[in-house]
Amino acid sequence: MAARDPIACAEPLADADLTRAMVASGEPPTGRARRATSRALGIAVFLVLAAVVWEGLKFIAGDPWRIPELGFFHDPPISLLQATDRQLPHLWDIGSALFQPVQRNQDQTLGAFLVGAALFTWSEAIIGFVVGAVIGLILASVFVHSRLVERAFVPYVIASQTIPIVALAPIIVVGFGRGLTAVVIIATYLTFFPVTIATMRGLTSSDPRAIELMRSYAASRWQIYRKVRLPASVPYLFTALKIAATGSIVGAIIGEGPGGVPQGLGRAIDNFNQQYITGPEKLWATILIAALLGIVFYLIIQAAEVATLHRRRAARRA
Amino acid sequence: MTDTQGSSPAVAVRLTGVEKTFPMRAGDPTVALTGIDLAIRPAEFVSLIGPSGCGKSTLLRIVGDLISPSSGTVEVNGKPAHQARLDRDYGMVFQAPVLFDWRTVEGNVRLPLEVMHIDRRERDRRAGEMLDLVELGGFLSHYPHQLSGGMQQRVAIARALVFQPAILLMDEPFGALDEMTRERLNAEVLRIWGQTGTTVLFVTHSIPEAVFLSTRVVVMSARPGRITKIVDIDLPQPRTEQTRETDRYFEFVTEVRESLRGRATASASRTRAEGGIG
Repeated sequence: MAARDPIACAEPLADADLTRAMVASGEPPTGRARRATSRALGIAVFLVLAAVVWEGLKFIAGDPWRIPELGFFHDPPISLLQATDRQLPHLWDIGSALFQPVQRNQDQTLGAFLVGAALFTWSEAIIGFVVGAVIGLILASVFVHSRLVERAFVPYVIASQTIPIVALAPIIVVGFGRGLTAVVIIATYLTFFPVTIATMRGLTSSDPRAIELMRSYAASRWQIYRKVRLPASVPYLFTALKIAATGSIVGAIIGEGPGGVPQGLGRAIDNFNQQYITGPEKLWATILIAALLGIVFYLIIQAAEVATLHRRRAARRA
Repeated sequence: MTDTQGSSPAVAVRLTGVEKTFPMRAGDPTVALTGIDLAIRPAEFVSLIGPSGCGKSTLLRIVGDLISPSSGTVEVNGKPAHQARLDRDYGMVFQAPVLFDWRTVEGNVRLPLEVMHIDRRERDRRAGEMLDLVELGGFLSHYPHQLSGGMQQRVAIARALVFQPAILLMDEPFGALDEMTRERLNAEVLRIWGQTGTTVLFVTHSIPEAVFLSTRVVVMSARPGRITKIVDIDLPQPRTEQTRETDRYFEFVTEVRESLRGRATASASRTRAEGGIG
């Protein structure tokens, strides 16, 4: 053997050094931090712009501005119904409403009440999200392994999503009774679909040669699924989970009304909707909190995605 | 692997009357391969060379039981190809490394052993050994994207050899690499082949590569894919960079090139049109 060694790989070190240099400079954490900062900056700029447009509209076409504390009085040149304080309260009025009592003679502020309601709705949504994701994963796994089952059932899965959830919610409530179960089922219903479709795509996304490779090891279908198809589907799964995260919250909020669950954001929206004429900022504040909840859930899934996939991402870019 | 040499039969791979047709949606089925007879001895290094569409990759996949022939038989180590696959007789390397980007270099090399339920300690030991063999011992915990193309292909080779398959099937493994990396990896494959005694079936587009590596070069033609000539390359072993400079080497390169053009030559004496070896 030693006689053959002179021809052994002439200079493996050149390659190795290059790679070490690549690794050292390739994905520095500072670069990632900078990207995160610039993205946060982008969001901040967007929010400021939205606020400027909101208040700008009110400045041009809203109700007269009366801020005696600042000695500021202004009469907008034109008047639009959509920009009145009834329709479009000042942002500071929405903000300050969060710190006022939710009802007269109560200690609890609107903000505290809404955060509590949001957490309650979130807990329903999380259960629906998890159950829906598991169902989606199982359905997708069955479908990609049986053409027959796929042909038989996928049309129904798709059809299920064409039924408006508001029409379906009362039926579910009748079927399962008022209460948390019905709400969770509605949240599940909005979650399983994107997960099913995206995971089907992900499970069939692996390189055909990777499957050939596994077959050359005489791997079982389960091993091919477990070691190649499933890991290959993870990026697709995360995309679906981000959609499902917001979907599950929408489902939970919608379900709370017919489900007769009073503790969540759904009932809060109902209530403040009725009080809209006297206190529109309460509904706006509720919308704000509901949107924040969706964004927080989304960002949590995204953080999990980045933590799981950042090594692969680098591979895609290369 | 060397210990299997003593007990293995005289023929590692025997193809008899192999034919492959692919049905077409419209019109007549395409004949990808016809009348393939070929026998490969254990520890031989055989290259398949031919124009695009001559079915050399198809032939490799038929040997590896990844697709089945329309007619004819494939025997590997005295068994049908299907049984050989179940017995894990094949190591495969493709043109792309096909590494799993969620696994480290070591995790990729370990994968076949996981599939085969080899226990953890043995897995780690063998994966480490194989990575040493391809001179990537220092890159165990790197991820594939952190390696150059040539290094990735070496990982793929380590993965193919880690379970000590009797036959290594390589489908244009260096086709995507630059000339210098390719020549370096050619030398490395020869070294590994010398150390392991594995039978190698190697598909390539490159005439110099085929001549440099092989003990025999099987020349194929397209439409329908068939063997037109088999050239014995009796350049002395071990082959080195100097081998590429010898007159004999250039004679063989010329002979293979002319065979590919379909011109019969009498320049080299040790050629046979038939595939059998006994």
